[in-house]
Amino acid sequence: MDLAVVVVYEILYTIAFLALISAGLAVVFGMMRVVNLAHGEFILLGGYTAIVAHNNLGINLFVSMLVIAPVVVAVFGVVIERLIVRFLYGRLINTMLATWGLSLAMIGSFSLIFGTTTTSVKAPIGSISVGAFNISGYNIFIIASAIGVIALIFAILRFTRAGLVARGAMQNADMATAFGYDASRIYMATFAAGAALAGLAGGILAPLVGIGPNAGSLYIAKAFITVISGGASVVSGLITSSGFFGFVTQIVTFLTNSVIGELGLLVAAIILLRLLPTGISGRFFKNRL
Amino acid sequence: MARDGVVEARGVGVRFGGVSALESVDFTLADNELRCLIGPNGAGKSTFFKCLTGMLRPTEGDIRIRGIDCVGAHPHQIAGLGVGIKTQVPSVMNGLSVRENIWIAARRLNTTRSANRIVSETLERIGIADSAGDLVGNLAHGRRQLVEFGTVLAGNPWLILLDEPAAGLTADEAERAVAVIREMNERAAIIVVEHDMHFIRQLANTVTVLHRGRILTEGYVDTVLRDPVVRDVYLGKSQ
Amino acid sequence: MTSRQLVLSVVIAAIVMFVLPVFFDVLNLTTYAAYALLALSLGFVWGYGGILCFGQTAFYGLGAYVYAMTAINLGEAWGGFFLAILIPAIFAAILGAMMFYGRLSDVYLAVVTLVVTLLLFRFMNTTAGPEYVIGEARMGGYNGIPGFPTLHTPGNPDANIYDEELYYFTFIILFVCYLLTRWLLGSPFGRVLVGLRENEQRIELLGYDVRARKTAAFAFGGGLAGLAGCLYANAAEIVTPELFSLGLAAEAIIWVIVGGTGTLIGPMIGAAVLGHLKFVLGLQSIKQVFGKENPLEATLVFGMILVLFVLFLPRGVVPSIQGWFGRSLVGRFKSGSGMRRRTRSERARNGA
Repeated sequence: MDLAVVVVYEILYTIAFLALISAGLAVVFGMMRVVNLAHGEFILLGGYTAIVAHNNLGINLFVSMLVIAPVVVAVFGVVIERLIVRFLYGRLINTMLATWGLSLAMIGSFSLIFGTTTTSVKAPIGSISVGAFNISGYNIFIIASAIGVIALIFAILRFTRAGLVARGAMQNADMATAFGYDASRIYMATFAAGAALAGLAGGILAPLVGIGPNAGSLYIAKAFITVISGGASVVSGLITSSGFFGFVTQIVTFLTNSVIGELGLLVAAIILLRLLPTGISGRFFKNRL
Repeated sequence: MARDGVVEARGVGVRFGGVSALESVDFTLADNELRCLIGPNGAGKSTFFKCLTGMLRPTEGDIRIRGIDCVGAHPHQIAGLGVGIKTQVPSVMNGLSVRENIWIAARRLNTTRSANRIVSETLERIGIADSAGDLVGNLAHGRRQLVEFGTVLAGNPWLILLDEPAAGLTADEAERAVAVIREMNERAAIIVVEHDMHFIRQLANTVTVLHRGRILTEGYVDTVLRDPVVRDVYLGKSQ
Repeated sequence: MTSRQLVLSVVIAAIVMFVLPVFFDVLNLTTYAAYALLALSLGFVWGYGGILCFGQTAFYGLGAYVYAMTAINLGEAWGGFFLAILIPAIFAAILGAMMFYGRLSDVYLAVVTLVVTLLLFRFMNTTAGPEYVIGEARMGGYNGIPGFPTLHTPGNPDANIYDEELYYFTFIILFVCYLLTRWLLGSPFGRVLVGLRENEQRIELLGYDVRARKTAAFAFGGGLAGLAGCLYANAAEIVTPELFSLGLAAEAIIWVIVGGTGTLIGPMIGAAVLGHLKFVLGLQSIKQVFGKENPLEATLVFGMILVLFVLFLPRGVVPSIQGWFGRSLVGRFKSGSGMRRRTRSERARNGA
């Protein structure tokens, strides 16, 4: 019984983890058809920001994680959008290549500034015991955050005017322009929102995982797979795909070990894309949020 | 094989979700026939065309080309039977020269040597020899249409399917296209999907009118176009 | 290629081959030649087949591993040499068939190839334990496989090919592969392949089986990359999971972008020049400035190179030069007949 609770808890955590690291990428890909390969480094930037704000500037950890990290990364995202991404809209492959370059440049910069060693911050919540098992209490916070993030994205897209305009512009940029909205600003804001979500993920995960210059590739690989497999619908794609992969990974991990679990995720992704070439939401949730 | 025509379609239907784009279409094309498929926008012309070319799999019915079952076949398999296909938007290889475009078409069934010969002949036939070395992407729209005719022609097909060959052509170019199609008709049966009435009058003797996914009528072009029902369909009065 | 062009390219290649060792270290040059072969394979698959493979290094690394493990088991090199071409080619054919028959589009193709590379990277890193062994060859996990027999005169495993000999051997293999690829591109198969890059639907409507052709092209590219991995393994005398790393996958893309897609010579030059740049950057540590260990500064430079090229020179260096240079030659070639006489500018524009 205790074991079952732990396994379910671990599955939920893995799903939440995937949803969290993929949310920013999902917004940017789903809304703008842009794949930001520097997404992993955006997450790292959020992590570094939270750690520096807390350890060096003495700011409260939750403020550092939940406010400062997303804001800093959003500002960085705006700069990148203006300098690089906006010249490449509609050219998916070129955007991927340019952001891959950005990713490498950021890895190099991180190691210049912070060194190649892993930095971290102490988790604010200790462990909880379930019967004979000890589980991390911080993971509950992560699961809650993931739910919060998805609810936030859904609410903004569904209920706010900005969300409506953004959805309209993504469907038909010319039309939005004709209605008097500035498509370029909408793109910029969307990219910034994606960056903020990446920063938030980095901030929240900083206490849990070590932040080092090379860690981004781990996030980007998983986020990339989750988003692409989820397909173009931001919310439903994100939920179904992180749910599916989180489940597969954790079950395989439970049966073998965590490395095989990760391999399980990658293999599942390849099979899934073979069966559903347009992703889960492209097949089952077409034209929904 | 029974002499029941080059193309034999029975009860072809296509449904997208709940919408019926095509319903129980029966269609027969005889050897060396030139047939125009006409109808207003949304009549199902292009849908039927896509079924014939293998780009779309009909949800029901049966399509045979020279007696061979073609439902579910890939476009390359249908083309491989000796069917020349020209799509609505000029589908050419923009980054290659006119000569190379046609060479690739000619080489499929021929040796390099005879492919080279076919290319020269084809360039003459469609009257585009003067720009043989030009990149197709740099040509005007009408010239690119001609290049696509050339690629169709170079495969020496016995059945040719053309989707809106006159779209975007100037009057002169359309006349040239009519001549090219007439000439192709000497060796091949042809189906032309078109809604430009002027072009159809120049071209055809038999037409099939599609309306709302069904065949409305079939017959000689002048008779059909004088038919009040057809006129109403085109002017949008009917029903 | 006409016989005159063939003679000319042999002469140029020979001059380059003998002049380079005057200025550069032969071991470095051997590595660059292996890089160049990897770049050639990606340049072929991407630039001519229009298949954007983000994980060409999967076949490269696979070639290196296959070679190392076969060499250990056989105690000689040549079986491994050929398997290092064959197995990556078969692997590419299977992967390619899966992707092309599944009609995956560009992005998804990029994802799948990248994921496969990552998969191999993770897997190879976990094989440290003694249970991961094929024949007598332990896979070694993150430490890789050192100490396998290197290339030698056929029939005599003791007569090793090393240093200068290995450089000449690698260079000649590179040149032969280049000629082979050019020949393939000039053949009907190659021309249809280029047509396919331009317009897949047209080629299909002309009756060619697009999926089979793409798969074949991908397999050919995989074989070349595998051979490149084998040559690299001989130069480095160790294979590690780093061969499958995201960083190297990116580098291969950068070589091709910088050199120029749509040419064969461009990616090869790109690989050699950037390979040397990386070597130089590795020497010029700027740790004095920041007071820290900085093995990653090459990454910073390479990343910026990639961004700048995508933004400002997406065609790459070689096609751009051909474009500027070729405009004056168009007149000379235009009246010519036959497929072979494509003008330089035409080829350059194709690369855009």
